[in-house]
This record gives sequence, C-alpha cells and structure tokens, in this order.
Amino acid sequence: MTGNGSGPLLEVEGLVTRYAVPRGIVGALASRPREWVHAVEGVSFRLRRGEMLALVGESGCGKTTTAQSILRLVDSDAGAIRFDGTDITRLSHRNLRPLRRRMQLIYQDPYESLDPRFRVRGIVEEPLLVHGIGSKEERREEAERALELAGLTPPGLYLDRYPHELSGGQRQRVAIAASLVLHPDLLVADEPVSMLDVSVRAGILALLDDLRARGLAILMITHDLSTAARYADRIAVMYLGRIVEEGPAREIVDNPQHPYTRALLSVVPRPDPRERVVPEILRGETPNPVHVPAGCRFHPRCPMAIPECQDVDPELRTPAAASTERHRAACIRV
Amino acid sequence: MRGVSLAIEGGERFGLVGESGSGKTTTILAVMGLLPPNASVAGRVLLDGQDVLARGEASARPHRWRDIAMVFQGAMNAFNPVKRVGDQIAEPMELHGVAEGREAERRVADLLERVGIPPERGSRYPHEFSGGMRQRAAIAMALACNPKVLLADEPTTALDVMVQAQILELLTALANDFGLAVVLVTHDLPVVAQVCSRAAVMYAGEIVETGPVDALHHEPRHPYTRLLYAATPDLHGTGELASIPGAPPRLDRPIAGCPFRPRCDRAFAPCAEEHPALLGVGPGREAACHLNTAVREVSA
Repeated sequence: MTGNGSGPLLEVEGLVTRYAVPRGIVGALASRPREWVHAVEGVSFRLRRGEMLALVGESGCGKTTTAQSILRLVDSDAGAIRFDGTDITRLSHRNLRPLRRRMQLIYQDPYESLDPRFRVRGIVEEPLLVHGIGSKEERREEAERALELAGLTPPGLYLDRYPHELSGGQRQRVAIAASLVLHPDLLVADEPVSMLDVSVRAGILALLDDLRARGLAILMITHDLSTAARYADRIAVMYLGRIVEEGPAREIVDNPQHPYTRALLSVVPRPDPRERVVPEILRGETPNPVHVPAGCRFHPRCPMAIPECQDVDPELRTPAAASTERHRAACIRV
Repeated sequence: MRGVSLAIEGGERFGLVGESGSGKTTTILAVMGLLPPNASVAGRVLLDGQDVLARGEASARPHRWRDIAMVFQGAMNAFNPVKRVGDQIAEPMELHGVAEGREAERRVADLLERVGIPPERGSRYPHEFSGGMRQRAAIAMALACNPKVLLADEPTTALDVMVQAQILELLTALANDFGLAVVLVTHDLPVVAQVCSRAAVMYAGEIVETGPVDALHHEPRHPYTRLLYAATPDLHGTGELASIPGAPPRLDRPIAGCPFRPRCDRAFAPCAEEHPALLGVGPGREAACHLNTAVREVSA
C-alpha cells in the first residue's frame, strides 16, 4: 500500500520501546531478573504534511526515543509506525531504504554533527552520494538549491568553506541543507536551536517554519515550551514514556489541563520581570523509567492526586474545560 | 574584555547576561583572580572597600573562597567520582583553615541542609546523585568557607526546567536568608528576569547596558539589549521573534567605533568612528550607545 498524500504522513500507534538494563556479569551469573527501561510506553500521534508537532518534556521522558523509533534507529517492541500509508514498523532495512530518504533527522549540536574534514559542498552532497543519486553536475545543482533553501545565499559563498569557518547558526543551516537535498517529506528536529546563541535561534526556527509552510511535516523534539508555543501547530507533552496531554499549541499553553503540564508551564521563566509567577515547583525529579509507578505514572508527584489515581492508568480524552475536541489529556481529574 | 565596572550589594541578586564569547565568564574569573598568567588584568575589585587584586595573587588568595566563591560552569560534573560528596565539600574548609575534623563534618551537614540535601546523603558518591542534587552539592561546596559573594556561572544551563526552578529558588533563598550577594552569569534573559533585581548586558567583552531588570526589558537604552529581548521567545508572546544578523566581532583585533555597529539596526555616523562610553542614562542605569547622547541633540 502506498500513500496518495491525502492521509496523515506519519501515524504512530501504541508505540512501545524498551531498553534492557545491563545486569553486568555478576547479575547475569546470579540470574537476576532482567530489568527494562520503559522509555516509550504506548505513544500514539499523527502528523500531517505542512504541520509542525512539538514533542515536549524533560530529559528521560522518552521524546528522543520516540523520534529514534520512528526513524527506525532503534527497534520498537510494540505498536505501529505508518509512514505515508506504509507500515514501516517491521520493514527490512533493504525495503526501508527508499523511505528513509524521505525522513531526515536534524541534530542538536551543529558543532558535532558536521564532519570537520569536509567542505560545505561535500557535506551537503554526501547524502546524494550515499543514495547514489544524480550526476556530478546534478548533485552540485541540488546542493546549491538546498543551501539556498536553508538561507545560505548566495550558495557560492559557502560551498568551499569548512565548518570551522562558519558560525553556529550557519552550521545548523548547513546541516538542514544536507537533510533537504534528498527532498524529504518529514524532518525530525532534535532540539535544533538549544546549542545556539539566542540572537540566531529565531532565524533557524523561522527557516523550519518556512519549510513547514512549503509542505514538510516537522516533528520537533524540545524541552523549550516557549519555542514550542511560538512555532509548533500542536504540542504533545510527554512524561515517563507517555503523552499526557496534547492539542493545538496555543490551547495547551493558554488552557493546560493536566497537572504536569500546568506545573511545567509555571516554571518556564518569562522574559518580562513583571510577569513573575509563583512557580508550582514539583519536588524531586522524574522517577526512574525502570520502575514506573502503578496507576497514573504522575500520581506520586501530583498535587491533585486522589486514591483512585494509584490504580487507574488514565487514557487520553478531551477534558471538560478544553476549548476544542482536539485537546486531550490523560488525567481522571480533569 | 575591557572597561567592565560593576557594584553589587550584600543580599542582592545580580545578572550578568551575554551570548557566548561576550566575556561574562572572563569577567568573573578576573574577579576571582583566576585568569591564567598570560591574561593582563587591570582595574580594581573592591570587596567592602578593599582592593582584592591590588597585589595580585598575594592579595587575592586570602579572599578567594573565603569572601568570594564561584560555582563553575559544569561544576556539577566536576566532582571526584571516587570520593564521598561530603568529604569533597569539607576539603576547601580544611584547605583554608576554616574548620576541620568533627567541626568540618558538622558544617558540611549544615551546608547540605541549607542547599536542600538530606545531610546523611553526604556519605554518598557523586554518581548516586541526580544532576540537580550534584548542582546543589556544587553550591554547598562553594559556600564551604562562608563567602559574602557567590558567582554562579550558568548554574542551570544543563538542567531541566523543573530542576532549574528548584536551583533558582535555592539561589534566591540564599540571598534573601543569608545576605549572600549572588551574581548569576547566564545567556538566559528570562532566568535573569525572574531571579535578579539588576543586570548588566555584555557584548564583545564590554558592558553595554546596566540597570534594573524591569527597565532593561521595558525601556532598553542600547539596541543590543532591545534586540536580545526581541529574540527571546515568551510563552504567551505572539509577535515575530527577532534575529540579530551577523556575528560578534573578533576580539583579537582592534575594534573601531562601536563593537555592535555592524549588527545594529540604528547605527548612524558617529558609531563607525567613536567608541561609545558607558554613561548614566537614568537612576541606576548606564548604557554605551551614541543614540542616547545624539538623539537629544538631533531632536532638539
């Protein structure tokens, strides 16, 4: 089955990805029971062309593992990933190859992700070489087009430079250009601006926004709610391997329902000193994803928890106070 | 960095803001007297009116850690992995002759409690601590010799927002409850807006503007301050975010005129020729921009 472009580009259903905790040789000899890091525990979402979804959460919430599972960089244990109508969850690497061109990953650190020995030309043409696309001349044209698209104009100014001659923002643009030469449909951007100076972040985010407007689907992994609020169409908040709340970005930020989302939003520092809010600081840190609490996984830290929360693992549904059906939260109290 | 002047009161929370390479870390290392020998440091660092740097290492050493302490960037990851956390906090006390033996142990327990770590955790090793706990321990270590001033270099940069909020709450409490002067060095304007009363904005090794954080946000008197705020996303903001074109100048060459001129949206003739001085622009406020002197003349 191949897609016709009308359905969602990416559909993730009940995704589960676990990592085995290394037992060590002593543990193995003593036959200690295997333990698992429950990195992703039943994540479902859809992403359309021309849409940006921000997967938001603290470290260890499973947002990066979700992205890696979608790109088949790690194998998932259950659930289904459909890309443009094709179930790629168990697709062999050989059959995955033509689809992989269409999904590209942008890394967090443009100082690490670019090979320092290559000139910009080589870096941007590399994916075409790997996939055996085009003649030398075509690759050159393709690279110039991608650099232009990534805002490095005129491309001639950058083609022969090395990464160390570029600023952080320019490097990230080169990394984006290298992902664009293959004409992808899906970009997964893992914290694309967190290593960059504030003054150049907006430029990179505007570039992603522009690519989205041109029809790319963008999955942005970020811990920064302010950025997600401004650039994403939708926000999905993750906690301990689950999406606990999702909906249109504005709705999530202006009308949060899940107590975790509320707490998370309350601690986001605001640039205006007059907007000092009393933060609702959750004590302790996110529990270890090896021993996920029973019932609602947030209940041990939840300010609204009732005894029932220890037993009921809540499903995503539209909260009573939501302003749209598309807003869903996993909490029995809202 | 050049020509940097700051004055901070006891109990005050002061922000030193700038992007990478702006000279904020160099500034506080100079205050600590910790720059390498190839650095030339001029000027004075006055502590209760006394010049700490007057006689170089000889005059800096008695004050370092005992009066002015610092939490280094990444300090939370700099603990010795094979020594107990409590013993590492006791080390500076013994080194500086502040306390030893049982007395040091008691002080370590007090310090741990003060930074929100159960004192019995002091007998644990660093790998048994979470990132937030290690940062608390790093703050406890800086406080080991009971300093008056704490310089904290990007203390929350690698932490999640919830843990960041906890650490900022702790720094605020230390200033409020113990009269500690806290200098928060960060690239993160919102963090400064939430925690500090006053701040200085650095660019290319100089302070370009200083004043109360409210004034910096609402009536910036330097284009760099204005653009930096305009580039910072706000949770409930809706406007376009600004991007400052270009990159900071190289500091190994002399800079003609204003260092920010090539990136400034308000540059005019004098900016290319004359280096703007940091001048008073209101109560408790200073800015280094020709607009502040010239605009009045033009409009007059």
